Amino acid sequence: MDAFLNQVFAGLATGGIYASVALALVMIYQATHHVNFAQGELAMFSTYIAWTLIDAGMPYWPAFFLTVVIAFILGVVIERVIVRPVERAPVLSVVVVFIGLLVIFNSLAGWIYTYTIKVFPSPFPKEPVHLGDHLISAHQIGAVGVTLVVLALLYVFFRYTPLGLAMRAAAQNPDSSRLVGIRVGWMLALGWGLAGAIGAVAGMMVAPTVYLDPNMMSGILLYAFAAALVGGIDNPGGAVFGGFMVGVLENVLGAYVIGNELKLAFALVLIVSVLVIRPSGLFGKVHVTRV
Amino acid sequence: MTPASTALSAPVSAASGKLRYLGYAVLLLAVCALPFLVSNYRTFQLTLVLVYAIALLGLNILTGYNGQISLGHGAFYAIGAYVAAILMDKFGVPYYLTVPVAGVVCLGVGFLFGLPALRLEGLYLALATFGLGVSMPQLLKDKHLEHWTGGVQGIVILKPDPPFGLPINQDQWLYYFTLAVMLLMFLLGWNLLRGRVGRSLIAIRDQPIAAEAMGVNNALYKSLAFGVSAMFTGVAGALGAIAVQFVAPDSFNIFLSITFLIGIVIGGLASIPGAIYGALFIQFVPNIADQLSKAAPWAIYGVFMIGFMYVMPVGVAGAIRIALARIRHRTKGGGGSQKS
Amino acid sequence: MAPLLQVTGLRAAYGLTRVLHGIDFSLDEGSITALLGANGAGKTTTLRALCSMVQTQGEITFGGARIETKSTEDIVRLGIAHVPDGRGTFVQLSTEENLRLGAYVRKDRKAVEQDFERIYGYFPRLKERRHQQAGTLSGGEQQMLAVSRALMLRPRLLLLDEPSFGLAPLIVREIFDIMRTINQSEKVSILLVEQNASMALDLADHAYLIETGRVVLSGTSAEIKGNDAVRRSYLGY
Repeated sequence: MDAFLNQVFAGLATGGIYASVALALVMIYQATHHVNFAQGELAMFSTYIAWTLIDAGMPYWPAFFLTVVIAFILGVVIERVIVRPVERAPVLSVVVVFIGLLVIFNSLAGWIYTYTIKVFPSPFPKEPVHLGDHLISAHQIGAVGVTLVVLALLYVFFRYTPLGLAMRAAAQNPDSSRLVGIRVGWMLALGWGLAGAIGAVAGMMVAPTVYLDPNMMSGILLYAFAAALVGGIDNPGGAVFGGFMVGVLENVLGAYVIGNELKLAFALVLIVSVLVIRPSGLFGKVHVTRV
Repeated sequence: MTPASTALSAPVSAASGKLRYLGYAVLLLAVCALPFLVSNYRTFQLTLVLVYAIALLGLNILTGYNGQISLGHGAFYAIGAYVAAILMDKFGVPYYLTVPVAGVVCLGVGFLFGLPALRLEGLYLALATFGLGVSMPQLLKDKHLEHWTGGVQGIVILKPDPPFGLPINQDQWLYYFTLAVMLLMFLLGWNLLRGRVGRSLIAIRDQPIAAEAMGVNNALYKSLAFGVSAMFTGVAGALGAIAVQFVAPDSFNIFLSITFLIGIVIGGLASIPGAIYGALFIQFVPNIADQLSKAAPWAIYGVFMIGFMYVMPVGVAGAIRIALARIRHRTKGGGGSQKS
Repeated sequence: MAPLLQVTGLRAAYGLTRVLHGIDFSLDEGSITALLGANGAGKTTTLRALCSMVQTQGEITFGGARIETKSTEDIVRLGIAHVPDGRGTFVQLSTEENLRLGAYVRKDRKAVEQDFERIYGYFPRLKERRHQQAGTLSGGEQQMLAVSRALMLRPRLLLLDEPSFGLAPLIVREIFDIMRTINQSEKVSILLVEQNASMALDLADHAYLIETGRVVLSGTSAEIKGNDAVRRSYLGY
C-alpha cells in the first residue's frame, strides 16, 4: 500500500507539471481554436532565457517575473508576425507553421546553449516535506501550488473580466466580435502572449526536476496534450485535473502494468482513446456543429 | 480563315502529346544512366531520393488527396524498415521478398489505425498521429520486443549483391532495384488516384457530407486511404533499410514524420510529381542547410517550412502547374491569331 | 438639417463578383428607413458595406464624417450597431454575457448596468434566461437577444438585417413594436433590411427598393403602400 501511495504522490508531482503545460495549451486553444504544437519548445526556450538571466547574476524571483514578461511579449510577436498571415489558411498550413516554429526554437536553443544539460535552480527549500510517512520534495509541492495559483488567476480572468470575455468571444465568433467593437486580431495576440507566459512558468517549474536541455519538453508535451484532451481542450480547470490524472495514471500504470519504457505509448493510447470516445474530454463542452 | 486555324491547332496538340512521351522516355533514360555518371555515394543518395519519393506519395495519398493530416508517418516507415530487417536478419528471407511483406504488414497496421482515426478531424487527427510519431522510438526500444528488434542497438543487415552476376556494383544494383519498385508503386498510385478511388478521396476531402450523400462510403475510403498510404510508406521503409543497411529506434523519431510532412507540403499536395520534388528537397536541402548554418540546420529548415506556407502554399508542383497553365494560355492565344 | 447617414455611389464586390453597382440613399436622424427587395438584390451587402465588412467603393458619411475607410471595430465606436442576418449570437456564451459584450466599447459602467434593467424591461423573457447558454434559446428569443445586444451599445444608428427571418408573425410584431418604442423614446435611428415588405412598411417612415445592386424606387412608406402598381409588381402584394 505504501509503495502504491508513493507512486500516487509521485504521479501527482509530475502531474502538476503536465497540468501547467496543459494549461498553456488550453489557453491558446481558447483564444485561437488552434492546437499549438510548438508550445513545449517555446516554454523550453523561455526557461533558457531565465537561466541566462540567473546565470548573469539576477536573483531568482526578478528573473522569474522578467522571463514571464519576455515570454508574453514573444508570444504576442509570434502571433502578429508569423501566425497572422496564415490565420485564414487551411488547417494543414497552420499545422506546418506550428511545426516550423517547434523546429526553429528547438534548434535555436541547441545552437545558442548547446545540448549539455544545465542545472536550473528552484525557489523552494531543499529539504523534503513529510506528508504522513511519505517524503515529497518541497519543489514538487511548490510547483503544484504555483500551477494552482496560475489556474485560479486564469479562471478569474476569463470568467469575470471584460477582457477575458472579449477573448473568449473573439475565439468563438470573430465576425460577431468585430460587430461589438472587439479588436479580434489583438485578442488572438493576447491569447498567445498569455500562453507564452504560462508556458514559461511551466518550464521554470519543470526544469529543476528534469534538468534543462533543448529536448526537455518533448516527452512532457505529449502528456500535456493528453491531459488537455482528457480534461477538455477548452476547459482550464479540466486541463489541470487532466494533468494530475495523467501523472498518476502514468506512474501507477508504469510501475505495475506496462513498465517504464512504454509510458509515451501510454500517452498515445490515452490521446487516441479520449479523442475517439469522448472528444470533448471529461469537462469540456460538447459542441454540436450545424451542417 | 477558319479551316486554316483548325489545321494549325490539330497538329500542334498531336505533336505536344508525342513530345510529352518523348520527354518522359528521355527522362527515364537519363535516370537509368545516372549511376554510371556519378560516384557511389551520390548513387546511394539518389537511391534514398527514390525511397523518400515512395514514402511521400504514400503520405500524399492520405493528406494531400484525402485531407487526413498525419504527423506520424515516420512510424509506418519504421515498421516497414524493421519488418525487412527482422526478416532478413532472423529468418534469412531474401531482400526482394521483404519489400512486399513490409507493404502488406503496413497495409494492415495502417488500416487498423485508420479505424479509430475515422472519428478525428483536422487538428485532432494531427494530434493523434503526432502521438504515434513521438512514441514510436520508445515502442521500438521496449524490453519485451528486444529479442526481435535488437533494442537500442538496432539491427545491421547486409547489402545485397547484384543478381545473375551483372557487371555493376552493389550501390548501382540497389539503385535499379529501388527504381523498379518506385516505378511500380507510382504506376499503382497513379492508377488508383486518377480513377474512381481518387475522385472519391478528393470528394471526401473537400465536401465530406456531400460525398456521403452521393453514395461514397466515407468510412471505408478513409480507412483504406490510411492503409494504402501506410503501405506505400512501409515499402519505402523496407527499401530504405536495405539501402542504409541498418535500423535503430532513434532514427525513426518524430523528426522523421515532420520531414515527410515538409516533403509533401513543399513538393506539392495532391500531386504525384510533387512526391519527387519533395523527396529531392528532403534529401539534399538539409545538406545545404548544414552548410548555411553548421549549428542550427533545423532552424533553417523551419524557416523554409514557414516561408513556403506564405509564398508557395501549393508547393513546387503547384507552382509549376500554374506556370505551365499561364504559358499554355499565352501560346494558345498567340497561335490563334497567327493565321493569314 | 443634414441626414445622419448619407450613402453615395456605393459599389461592393465579393471577390470578382460585383454585387452593388452604385447605391445612393440617405437616412435622417430619428427616422426608420427600410431597404426592400428580393433575395440577392444586395440589401444585406449594403448593410455589411456600411460596417466595412466587404470591399467597397463610394462614399459613406455618418454624422458628418466619412467612414468608408474605417475598420468595423472603429465604426462600432462611432455608434453604429449591426444586427447581422443569422443573428450572430455568441452561442457558447450565456445570455447575459452576450448582452455584456454589446456594451464592450462603453466606459460608463453605471449606465451600462441601468441599460441591463431597461433591456430586461423590454424583453422579460431574456431576464428569465439570463444565465442560460444563448445557443439554447428559441429563434424568437435569439432575435430579441441580438437586438438587445445591439441596443446595449446605446447606438445612434441601428442596422437590422432581416429581423423577421424564420420567426412566427406574432413574435415579429412583438419585436417590431418594441423597435418603434425604442425609436420614439430613445431617438435611435433604424435602418431595416427586410424581405417581408408589408411588415417593414408598417414600421418604417421611408423605404428604398433595391434591385440587382441598384436603388430603383424610393419614397415614404405611405407613398409606396399607396401606389398599387408598385406594390403589385415590386413588392408582390
